[in-house]
Amino acid sequence: MSDHGIFISEETIEGDGDGPLADKTVAVKDNISTEGVRTTCGSEMLADYVPPYDATVVERLKDAGATIVGKANMDEFGMGSTTETSAFGPVENPAAEGRVPGGSSGGSAAAVAAGEADLALGSDTGGSVRNPAAFCGVVGIKPTYGLVSRYGLVAYANSLEQIGPLAPTVEGAAELLDVIAGEDPQDATTRDEGTDSDYAAAADGDVDGLDIGVPTNLVDGADEGVVEAFWSAMDDLEDRGATYHEVELPSVEHAVEAYYVIATSEASSNLARFDGIRYGHRADAEGNWNEEFAQTRKEGFGEEVKRRVLLGTYALSAGYHDKYYKKAQDARAWVKQDFDEALAETDVLASPTMPVPPFERGESLDDPLQMYLADANTVPVNLADLPAISVPAGETDGLPVGVQFVGSAFDEETIIRAGSALA
Amino acid sequence: MSDTPVDPDEVRHVADLARVDVDDDDVDRFTEQFADILDYFETLDEVPEVERDADLVNVMRPDEVRESLSQEEALANAEETEDGYFKGPNVS
Repeated sequence: MSDHGIFISEETIEGDGDGPLADKTVAVKDNISTEGVRTTCGSEMLADYVPPYDATVVERLKDAGATIVGKANMDEFGMGSTTETSAFGPVENPAAEGRVPGGSSGGSAAAVAAGEADLALGSDTGGSVRNPAAFCGVVGIKPTYGLVSRYGLVAYANSLEQIGPLAPTVEGAAELLDVIAGEDPQDATTRDEGTDSDYAAAADGDVDGLDIGVPTNLVDGADEGVVEAFWSAMDDLEDRGATYHEVELPSVEHAVEAYYVIATSEASSNLARFDGIRYGHRADAEGNWNEEFAQTRKEGFGEEVKRRVLLGTYALSAGYHDKYYKKAQDARAWVKQDFDEALAETDVLASPTMPVPPFERGESLDDPLQMYLADANTVPVNLADLPAISVPAGETDGLPVGVQFVGSAFDEETIIRAGSALA
Repeated sequence: MSDTPVDPDEVRHVADLARVDVDDDDVDRFTEQFADILDYFETLDEVPEVERDADLVNVMRPDEVRESLSQEEALANAEETEDGYFKGPNVS
């Protein structure tokens, strides 16, 4: 393993000569397929899996001339908020010693924070780009659902996830987003809004006249030092011509439970493909088809993955579907409606990215529910299919704090502009 | 405490449906954790019914033969193959 446990595989993939990223190095999260370079998803299940094709975003990186410097460590299959569920060991936070880097794209954020790569790609299903960006003191963007192709991204929860960029600056993240955004015939959920984008040009720091809504539901209850850093960032923006006011989003009180029902349900279905027959670990077991599958999956999956696959199977099973899954879809629609209404009245919404500073290592592993609750500010954005950015906004007791801006669908420019005033 | 009916047998049943073998230790731990988590999921009962007709249209395209992986590439990651096919365990 590399310094800080950042990379699972340190292999160089050269880009094609010229292009907007010709002098840039990029770390790629290890759930994004790279032809000929193993792609493990941080799991024992895929420890030896070598994809026969590139993800669309990897093709676009190569076409843009970028040099890929390694496959970044991550929570197993993206399931975690600390990068401690990786089968390849945890990642250290380069910006806060003894603390986790956040997750699940912890290796990607740490690579940028430690200077191991200029830029990085992560994936964000419920905050997995923004959370580690906040914890490592870097910038991370979760694009609008459909802006970036998911072809070649190993699926966890398809209806929620997007690949997104991480960088030391908002402009750097925007440049990378320009390269990866746009329609892709291989992913029917992509749209053409990002095809000829110039997001980098929006990183001009000009917030004069910007109207910011602050959802009190996402600020109340956060750690005191985080709240202080957040309001100080809002005052900073006000000094530069922005205005802010409080808004109510009552639906977000149910976002975490809706997210975990939907995400685990989709995971239980998606991860059914790992049976050891076509790829991945296969148990040396005696027995029939079902017995061998069950043994393969016992050996290949870690505890958090088993927990989520079982929870999702439970939520979808006969007698519970209406009680959990259908209700969660109602909650998702409510969250979406709440955000759309708030964003019709204001330019962006702002909140702390994470309600707490980075956890101490090992702190959250024994209590999964407490770990899930820490996602309260990030998961509503995935449920609502909206774009969001996390930018560094100072520290509390020497630990990084991130501020999140949420924008209207396909209005990446506005959140990039708002964020660029801070980083 | 939770009134959600999660007991060890139910965890074993779900694990069986999901084709994941579990040890007795896993079953005990999951039973306890699921009680907490499902209890928390109960708050979804407070969610109002919401109109959710998505404003979406189907994306259609003609069904045409395109380039794909070769048989060799498709089989490259399989533990066991025979005559160009994947080879799995006995069905029964």
